[in-house]
Amino acid sequence: MNAVLAVLLRDLRLAWRAPGDSLNVVLFFVLTVVLFPLGIGPEIETLQRISVGVVWVMALLACLLSLDRLFRDDAEDGSLDLFALSPVALEFLVLSKVLAHWLISAVPLIVISPVLALSLHMPVEAFPALLSSLLLGTPTLSLIGAIGAALTLGSRKAGVLIGLLVLPLYIPVLIFGVAAVDAAAQGLPAQPHLLLLGGLLALFLPVAPVAAAAAIRQAQQ
Amino acid sequence: MADPDQFVAADLACIRGERFVFSKLRFTLSNGDALALVGPNGAGKSSLLRLLAGLLPASDGKLTWNGAPVGDEPDAHRARLHYLGHLDAVKPALTPLESLAFHAQLRGEMPGATALKTALDALGIAGLADLPGRFLSQGQRRRAALARLRATSARLWLLDEPTLGLDADALVRLADLIDTHRSQGGIVIVATHGGLDLGPHTTLELGTARNAGMAA
Repeated sequence: MNAVLAVLLRDLRLAWRAPGDSLNVVLFFVLTVVLFPLGIGPEIETLQRISVGVVWVMALLACLLSLDRLFRDDAEDGSLDLFALSPVALEFLVLSKVLAHWLISAVPLIVISPVLALSLHMPVEAFPALLSSLLLGTPTLSLIGAIGAALTLGSRKAGVLIGLLVLPLYIPVLIFGVAAVDAAAQGLPAQPHLLLLGGLLALFLPVAPVAAAAAIRQAQQ
Repeated sequence: MADPDQFVAADLACIRGERFVFSKLRFTLSNGDALALVGPNGAGKSSLLRLLAGLLPASDGKLTWNGAPVGDEPDAHRARLHYLGHLDAVKPALTPLESLAFHAQLRGEMPGATALKTALDALGIAGLADLPGRFLSQGQRRRAALARLRATSARLWLLDEPTLGLDADALVRLADLIDTHRSQGGIVIVATHGGLDLGPHTTLELGTARNAGMAA
């Protein structure tokens, strides 16, 4: 498991030395959410009603933004060949890269989401549900995204293709994530929806690394 | 030799894009042997090396290590080989030292700082150990990649044109590296267009006749 940890630490170190990529994701998230009050107008009631959906959809799109690079850099400089030739199974190394992607791209979004939710007048009672739904939902987004990123390794225009492949699979995560926060905003229990999000995570945690590793091996042939 | 190894290819074939790259290819290698793959561009040298590494499935034929098909235990096969392709896998943001440590850990090994420095020194780039990869020249990046051979142990080296971008000094260092590896019982298979002094070795010519890779 030495190798798994090494991959995680290397990816974090690379992101730390070139922070532009993860900053872009956060800036995209902030700017797009801020566009909504400007486009729709400042009526508190309208903003309040769309706030949950806007924060979740924009977080989801921001996650999508950084997927293109997930395996591409390593494929282009030959590192991915060496990953596949490590005595440790490629599936574990993929899982490690997904975890790094989540820490680099999704965690900053989660941290900043309450501020943006506040700017859309989301009720404060819904904040714990917002944070827990994002914490449970975004790892699933990274996992599903890894399948898309691996499948499009051979393609030149991977960016758009990943979106088309991955967005339909993101729908359940979006539905349960938004439902959890909506329930909390109306004073209802968010737990059932959060459990379903946890179920999705439990489903993709083993499935996604296996599928992504298979796609990578296919791309290497 | 304490543990005689034998790496045998029997009637290997590789089909790429519905076309035979090579077929009926066979060789037998044991401890200390070196095999040079020669042939024109597109003869299948890189394909053969990727196939031997397990990155590419063989269309036909058998590949065995000490009598056991390598496909039966892919993890064990990966653990005993070093593959060096055309790409250096040196990250612009990482120093050669960090890169080397990472690739050693990827192979499940944990060499100390001195062992890593020794490996870089063997390739003549100990002075660049802490310089980020983006400041290295092509030849220096190649040397950093070659240092991986020295930093961790593997019985079987698969080198795809390791001389790309190397100067005369680096060529001598690489030849030394290969020599030491062979004297310790290692096996080397190298695709080359010349320029590398391999010492006594067998040659496998690819692409001379479309359907007959000659066995050495």
